[in-house]
Amino acid sequence: MSGGHKAGGSKHGDPNKLGHGEVPADEQGPAPKRIVVAYGFWIFLLSDFIMFAGFFAAYAVLVGETAGGPAGRDVFELPLVAWETAFLLLSSFACGMAGIAAFARNVRWFQVAMAATALLGAAFLSLELYEFTHLIGEGAGPSRSAFLSAFFALVGCHGLHVTLGLIWLTTMMAQVWAKGFREDILRRIACFSLFWHALDIIWVALFTVVYLLGAGA
Amino acid sequence: MLGKLGWDSIPLANPLPIIASGVVALVICGVLGWTWRRGYFPYLWREWITSVDHKRIGVMYCVLAAVMLLRGFSDAILMRTQQAIAYNSPGYLPPEHYDQIFTAHGVIMIFFVAMPFMIGLMNFALPLQLGVRDVAFPTLNSVSFWLTAVGALLVNMSLVIGEFAKTGWVVYPPLSELRFSPGVGVDYYLWALQISGVGTLLSGVNLVTTILKMRAPGMGYTRMPMFCWTSLATNLLIVAAFPILTATLAMLTLDRYLGFHFFTNEAGGNQMMFVNLIWAWGHPEVYILVLPVFGVFSEVISTFSGKPLFGYRSMIVATMAICLLSFMVWLHHFFTMGAGADVNGFFGITTMIIAVPTGVKVFNWIFTMYGGRIRYTSMMLWSLGFVVTFVIGGMTGVLLAVPPADFVLHNSLFLVAHFHNIVIPAVLFGAFAGVTYWWPKAFGFTLDETWGKRSFWFWITGFYLAFMPLYVLGLMGMTRRLGHYDVPEWQPWLIAAAGGAALIACGILCQIIMFTVSIRNRHALADTTGDPWDGRTLEWATTSPPPVFNFAVLPDVRGEEAYWGLKSTARENRRLSDLPDYVDIEMPKNSPTGIVSAFFATVMGFALIWHIWWMVILGFLGAWATFVVFAWRDEAEYHIHASELEEGDRRRREAKAKLLDLPPEALA
Repeated sequence: MSGGHKAGGSKHGDPNKLGHGEVPADEQGPAPKRIVVAYGFWIFLLSDFIMFAGFFAAYAVLVGETAGGPAGRDVFELPLVAWETAFLLLSSFACGMAGIAAFARNVRWFQVAMAATALLGAAFLSLELYEFTHLIGEGAGPSRSAFLSAFFALVGCHGLHVTLGLIWLTTMMAQVWAKGFREDILRRIACFSLFWHALDIIWVALFTVVYLLGAGA
Repeated sequence: MLGKLGWDSIPLANPLPIIASGVVALVICGVLGWTWRRGYFPYLWREWITSVDHKRIGVMYCVLAAVMLLRGFSDAILMRTQQAIAYNSPGYLPPEHYDQIFTAHGVIMIFFVAMPFMIGLMNFALPLQLGVRDVAFPTLNSVSFWLTAVGALLVNMSLVIGEFAKTGWVVYPPLSELRFSPGVGVDYYLWALQISGVGTLLSGVNLVTTILKMRAPGMGYTRMPMFCWTSLATNLLIVAAFPILTATLAMLTLDRYLGFHFFTNEAGGNQMMFVNLIWAWGHPEVYILVLPVFGVFSEVISTFSGKPLFGYRSMIVATMAICLLSFMVWLHHFFTMGAGADVNGFFGITTMIIAVPTGVKVFNWIFTMYGGRIRYTSMMLWSLGFVVTFVIGGMTGVLLAVPPADFVLHNSLFLVAHFHNIVIPAVLFGAFAGVTYWWPKAFGFTLDETWGKRSFWFWITGFYLAFMPLYVLGLMGMTRRLGHYDVPEWQPWLIAAAGGAALIACGILCQIIMFTVSIRNRHALADTTGDPWDGRTLEWATTSPPPVFNFAVLPDVRGEEAYWGLKSTARENRRLSDLPDYVDIEMPKNSPTGIVSAFFATVMGFALIWHIWWMVILGFLGAWATFVVFAWRDEAEYHIHASELEEGDRRRREAKAKLLDLPPEALA
């Protein structure tokens, strides 16, 4: 055992210098903490995508099982969903702004942008809640048919993620207010914004597969 | 106020679980009392319960698995004895109890014995083999462990408070739906698995990140020990497969709690969708359990044959091929669904293809032994027993992969014999080999070999006596999960199988004696060199037990078999490597976050099972508050001074010089 690893790559390993510089990328030792944390969180997000894939698959299997009840074209209101989409995408934009503010270490703009993110996210959630209560009121609740079960579970799972995201978001705001931009807090902000953008990706799939295809069919 | 919970939830009319749990409660109270009287509680809290050290967490996973093995095995004894006597008689177990036993046996053995053994071994060995100081997320690791323990606790609580599922371990609907299983049994199953599943998923994320982003300088992918590669495949599978289980169980939960219709008979629900989804997780799960073991056997066989692993790169390719193929075979668990000849043909062929990389592995192990100087330690015996038995189990598996044959053997004891024929030699023998192999690294002394070998011989003969008759019974037409029967020809075979279970019990007894004897003789069995087996990978480069930081200076890896390379160089040059520059390091502080969040998860899980909604909210708020407190702490790490590292490393180098028989001046 000796100290650093010196130019080991030139003798063996990567003869084509596919890695960076003298030492191949996979032989450079442990990555910095910032990389490790973001990478780990990405792996977690991938697993979350797979969970959504399970709900998507169930929806695809059950979409025709309306049991004599309403189908997608009877219950989906695209203008409402368009507003939901607008709120969610704008909230991601605000979240991006919060990331820039954190990068610039500007507490005030960070808090403003995070508050905007939260408000837009809450607006999205209230529209979704309105849609859900409206459907249940019309007798098109999740226990009406397998199709509606799958619909409520898939969309509700996304809504639950947004809710948990809002709890996380407000906790982060409080934390930055109390502790400032500490290294570990900056890493958490990076993870939060990954999470928030990932929910957008899910929503795009949801909007397409559930609402657009469903309302058109 | 207390939801569905009441005094009638405690099965006072059923003496067996009450007596069993009474005994368990006495043992627990006894252990706690003894620990308290000896004043070990502060030590346990400080050094183990709140520990974020991957080695300690790995050990605790293995302890959990060993304890639950006893529970799962006592279920097995109950089933074997019941079937041995239940010819033309009801036996001694009433049907509703017998059904809970076979469900609990499967759930416990897969989720709370096999999984914690594997995750425990990976936790313990991976960072050491990769030459780093800890996993990527040490506190998260502790949370994962304690959440797994919560699942085990909930399953055991169902013994006295309420009941467990009576549906079989994969809870097929519509039987598991509220209409046919109105009790709390299935709810115990659902929440125990959801909570421990979160733990498993987080530890998968943690270990994938550790392997891909935290390796010692020079430890390129194709220099990693085989155990690291198989662990990488396993953890990728955990990350890719466990979310499917989460989604599937969530759907069943919605059906049971909120009247959804995913899998019900009414309103368009689809039971076969559940079966497809659960096996889309369940088949990769088989490889999640078996791949780390392939790594353990690779390490053990190579070490005790005194040779590098044969076909290292082909082994990597085989591992990753299994990782990928494991997602393409799930339908072979239900060929009888009626998907048609084309679909069944496709899945039959993919199933047979997966035998190819597995065969590559078996040949690699055999060729590793070929021409080697084999030391027949107990670990080597477990490995040999595994190779032979596993090949037999693999062949019956290929037989079951033929759809027409499967239509005959489906749901029979032939199937039960087949998967025990895979899981026992692979997972359990591998876990025993791994525990014996890494025990001296964890505790600084080796395990008693005599009792270890006795245990092996009881286990392997017991295994064959217990499970070969089940193949015959399956061919004779006996289906699985029968409480009693009226076919006289079956009884002799079932009595033989019960005899096999008794031999396995002797094997377990030998293991208990082995641990006792070894702990008593620990001074005679002490490992002073840190390298008791003449090892080849980096965990043997450090001391036994390793310091909390594993390595004073991260090793400099120059090729495959990093530690063997270091030893060879030292032997050639008649001196150790140059003294490194020691620099101060930071290590993560211990934290009670894991145990506290586990407490709230228990509260929440229990409340969800019994529909005590205010307690659910309380549990959620508690868990959230725990994370906020953790996130708010100002000091996450503590400092270790270079002089302390240097002092410890000097002693380690002295021991290594002695081990390699080098002159004193070799140290400088």
